[in-house]
Amino acid sequence: MKILLALVKRNIKLFFRDKGMFFTSLITPVILLVLYASFLGNVFRDSFVQNLPQGFPLEEAILDGLVGGQLISSILAVSCVTVSFCANFLMVQDKANGSLQDLLMAPVKPATLALAYYLATLCSSLLICLAATGLCLAYVATMGFYMTLMDVLLLLLDVLLLVLFGTALSSVINFFLSTQGQISAVGTIISSGYGFICGAYMPIASFGEGLQKVISLLPGTYGTALVRTHSLRGAIGELGKAGIPESTLDEMRSALDCNIDFFGTTVPDGVMYLILVGTILLLVGVYVLLHILRKPQK
Amino acid sequence: MNNIIEIEHLQKAFGNVRAVDDLSFKVAQGELFAFLGVNGAGKSTTINIICGSLRKDGGQVIIDGTDLDHNTDAVKRELGVVFQNSLLDKALSVRDNLESRAALYGITGAAFKAKLLELAKLLDFEELLARPVGKLSGGQHRRIDIARALLHDPKILILDEPTTGLDPQTRKLLWNVIAMLRRQRGMTVFLTTHYMEEAADADQVVILERGRIVAEGTPLELKNRYTGDFVTLYGVEESAVKSLGVSYEKLPEAIRLALPNTAAATGLILEHPELFSDYEITKGKMDDVFLAVTGRSLREGEDV
Repeated sequence: MKILLALVKRNIKLFFRDKGMFFTSLITPVILLVLYASFLGNVFRDSFVQNLPQGFPLEEAILDGLVGGQLISSILAVSCVTVSFCANFLMVQDKANGSLQDLLMAPVKPATLALAYYLATLCSSLLICLAATGLCLAYVATMGFYMTLMDVLLLLLDVLLLVLFGTALSSVINFFLSTQGQISAVGTIISSGYGFICGAYMPIASFGEGLQKVISLLPGTYGTALVRTHSLRGAIGELGKAGIPESTLDEMRSALDCNIDFFGTTVPDGVMYLILVGTILLLVGVYVLLHILRKPQK
Repeated sequence: MNNIIEIEHLQKAFGNVRAVDDLSFKVAQGELFAFLGVNGAGKSTTINIICGSLRKDGGQVIIDGTDLDHNTDAVKRELGVVFQNSLLDKALSVRDNLESRAALYGITGAAFKAKLLELAKLLDFEELLARPVGKLSGGQHRRIDIARALLHDPKILILDEPTTGLDPQTRKLLWNVIAMLRRQRGMTVFLTTHYMEEAADADQVVILERGRIVAEGTPLELKNRYTGDFVTLYGVEESAVKSLGVSYEKLPEAIRLALPNTAAATGLILEHPELFSDYEITKGKMDDVFLAVTGRSLREGEDV
């Protein structure tokens, strides 16, 4: 246990002291912020207004709350996964720079090392993502806060599950990497690609039907949908109170990726949680299995 | 004296290349053992197998009576390794690095603090504890590497080219510490080096080529076996030396005669006392031994 704790402490310290790794993990959220500040915010705002019945009186604060909810849900959905990936690159970096060889000079079990990487990534990513959630909630509060306490708690649960998912997924993928070049390649793909496939830049609902079907097969999509639902539910509810019919609100939920269709069937929230938890367990199981089946160095 | 390292018929191949080919040797407890060979001779492969980080194809490795195959963890506790390139975490401070490594051996809390203090005094790095390892000079870095290897009081210290690139002062400090550890704790030192003067101080030397032992013995045995004696003559004319019929080399203000052994040198001096009024007799150096055995210069690793 002492060995595990010492390794987790070392890994967390290394992540936060390695400025390259730490700042790389924040690139995607920063890009999103810049995009929203420069034009995406306005695009979404105009889109909301255009889709409302003509001449419908809508408080500016509700509109701000909707745009704010869209922004924070995008940032959180992406950050939970990309930050986990970057934090978990330490396990590859240790292989690439030889630190792993030094660690293995001691009588330490490879399973302890593997668990230490997982727990450290989880802690580092949670620290960053929970701090980001706090900042996001503070931002929404300044824009127009319509979230209930339950929404906030569920959003925190979503962040926890997405970080667990990102950590498990990155553990499995990073297991096969061993060089700095591979870190760069995978880092670039994840940083740039994940934002698109989780609908952070453009809602998944605006993609082509084929692509939507493919994305509905990815478990992370349901994490994004849950974050969207809990970030936007309050503001959308306010639209209902203002007199917008439920059918229009439901269309809006679909357009904003709160609803995800799986081959024609809308997936309920409970099932989304089940998919996410099941995937996390499956990936952790694969990670454990990979370590058990790993052959000693030839 | 007990053998603390026993290697029997060790074999390791990478594809068609036999990196270690039926290697057998023993190292006595408390000995300074020099393991020499050009790059690619099989030194690092052997060390990696001894440390349990590389699987062997065949043979047996016994460390302090424990078979590596039966209890790798017990063997790891007996070994402290200073790698050719430092493998510590550059972004972390010296203290953080040593703390995380010590914990791997179960050394934490007060035990760690006491050990850190002891090593910091021994290797003179008390001032460096808070500094990131990546910001240390080469010599400072090396001292921390050695401290890391000594954290768990190993019986065997493996030094893989520990002084390469260090300034003379740091080299001297490191060798003083190593000498002290051997004297006070009876520590066995397993050394690979490109500095032949360091190998000359070893109790036993093994020279490796293409994974096989090509020479072994004490430095004196090797010098006697593979090099002759040299007589350096001062204040004589080259024509007089020529008449001796001995191969020689002109040096600034001297001529150096190469003779097969000390007996031949003594005989020559007795036969020609008129020439030997100002002279010195020296043994060949370990560089000469290495050159004679492998046909290569160790420092450059090239054919000569």
